[in-house]
Amino acid sequence: MKWAVVVFPGSNCDHDAAQAVRDVTGDMVDLVWHDVTDLAAYDAIILPGGFSYGDYLRSGAIARFSPAVDAVAKEAAAGKLVLGICNGFQVLTESHLLPGALLRNDHLQFRCETVELIVENHTSPFTCAYRPGERIRIPIAHGEGRYYADETLRQRLAADGRIAFRYADNPNGSVDAIAGVLNDRGNVLGLMPHPERAVAAWMTSQDGRLLFESMHRFVEEGSYARANA
Amino acid sequence: MKTYDVEVRVWLKPSVFDPQGHAVEQALHTLGFEGTSEVRVGKYMHLSIGAADESAARKAVEEMCERVLSNPVMETYAYELKETVR
Repeated sequence: MKWAVVVFPGSNCDHDAAQAVRDVTGDMVDLVWHDVTDLAAYDAIILPGGFSYGDYLRSGAIARFSPAVDAVAKEAAAGKLVLGICNGFQVLTESHLLPGALLRNDHLQFRCETVELIVENHTSPFTCAYRPGERIRIPIAHGEGRYYADETLRQRLAADGRIAFRYADNPNGSVDAIAGVLNDRGNVLGLMPHPERAVAAWMTSQDGRLLFESMHRFVEEGSYARANA
Repeated sequence: MKTYDVEVRVWLKPSVFDPQGHAVEQALHTLGFEGTSEVRVGKYMHLSIGAADESAARKAVEEMCERVLSNPVMETYAYELKETVR
């Protein structure tokens, strides 16, 4: 399978994400500039972490109008996998590919540390390699990661199994300690923690590997199953 | 074509916790401004816009507030518009 990592002005986790995918899956990964208008050649697209457009106005608010985000929306509608990490998650909520919004942490601090997450949904394309309820350690690094959803949306996300990850110990005041959410179709995931920073022994955690492994398996085994149907 | 001066204010919806406003409120209390409450920190933007008439200008400003200047999921906005005096 082929992956794209979209690079916005101000992205700074783009190379890390690409390298993590290469290391974990051995797949081809292209870094693509945000002016790309067609992403049909890719099976999975990552919107990486960073500070696109300096976080001006609101995090992700300007990047959302990049041609690449229109192309991402098109591929998401076609069922391709879209993963937004940190700033990428903020871009996905700003562009309404994911519901809710990300606000300033409730304590106003920038948090940069490894936290424990609980895998709430282990059947999505992004989490199918994890065990149900598995606790994993993944780094966070954000000042605006407080997930906000109104009461109706909260209930819907929980009822539909769209909460992919929760924080074991809420670091930012997110509603229901939500760390990552899925779209209604399950092929778009946004999360504030950085799985690409937890893929090697020297990184102190390798728990992020299974996220990329899940996506790889979902696409490869899915196409294998279709080819042999 | 006329030109209008626009002042846009954007702030978090009342139901959304505003940690900046809360921190400022605590500081005000520390300074002895005991009666202060409900402090909210928002954004102020100024822009000029050229339009055929006031209603066209208002329509454009409302669209930019809904689509870019605010995020209606968590924020609300208000604006004032007046014709630019030359």
